[in-house]
Amino acid sequence: MADTPALWISGHLAERIRAHGAETYPHECCGALLGRDSSFVLDGDRGKSLQTPAREILQLFPLVNRRDDSPRNRFSVTAEDVLAAEKAAREQGLEVVGWYHSHPDHPARPSQYDRDHAWPWYSYIIVSVHNGAPLDMTSWRLNDDRKEFSPEEIEVRHRAAV
Amino acid sequence: MPVKVMIPSPLRPYAGKRDSAEFNARTVGEALGHLTTEFGDLRKHLFTEDGKLRSFVNVYVNDEDIRYLAKENTPTKDGDTISIIPSIAGGHSDNGIAF
Repeated sequence: MADTPALWISGHLAERIRAHGAETYPHECCGALLGRDSSFVLDGDRGKSLQTPAREILQLFPLVNRRDDSPRNRFSVTAEDVLAAEKAAREQGLEVVGWYHSHPDHPARPSQYDRDHAWPWYSYIIVSVHNGAPLDMTSWRLNDDRKEFSPEEIEVRHRAAV
Repeated sequence: MPVKVMIPSPLRPYAGKRDSAEFNARTVGEALGHLTTEFGDLRKHLFTEDGKLRSFVNVYVNDEDIRYLAKENTPTKDGDTISIIPSIAGGHSDNGIAF
């Protein structure tokens, strides 16, 4: 994992994700992560890590959880919502690089259900919200074989969001 | 002009980073078959092990969802665009145990 690039996010946007989870508690919140993906392979021979992230979140696109039948433990983003997020991303010169959602009173770890419905390549941020208070925030990427997620390090950069 | 299949971002790494591919195809199923034959690693992300389109994979011919047409038997003609649009879903497990 030492060569796996981290997912960069500003402190401000990380707090907005937490706040969204707290706002919708006890229901799951969800939204799109807009940013840039460079997919650079860090050159380990250089001896030091580059300061250019492979993936950086630069804006959020909060969404309404469409699972109003089971919002406490399920979230859903429709194709129309995905298209709206992609349009918003394009308008800012960005792309949709992933999705975030909350786990009310559950750990910030992906479930079997998360895995069964995941797409590869996207970053999946999960924030745990306990008794209305946001706690851990983690990020995950689905493995190529779909059998499990790999954790993705979140690097919080304390600078203003673009 | 053959049928154009638009490839969404999460699948482009499995399609040589391409955002589209073109095939001669008479139906949506035929076009997706050509797509997954040319880019074999795409198959498991689009289809279940028993060959059904995954529930979170939405397929449109031009602007129409194939669920409301003839599904994978929806006919296609030259110049049509097939779009693959993700739905996103998830949530914590029912019994409180996360994987």
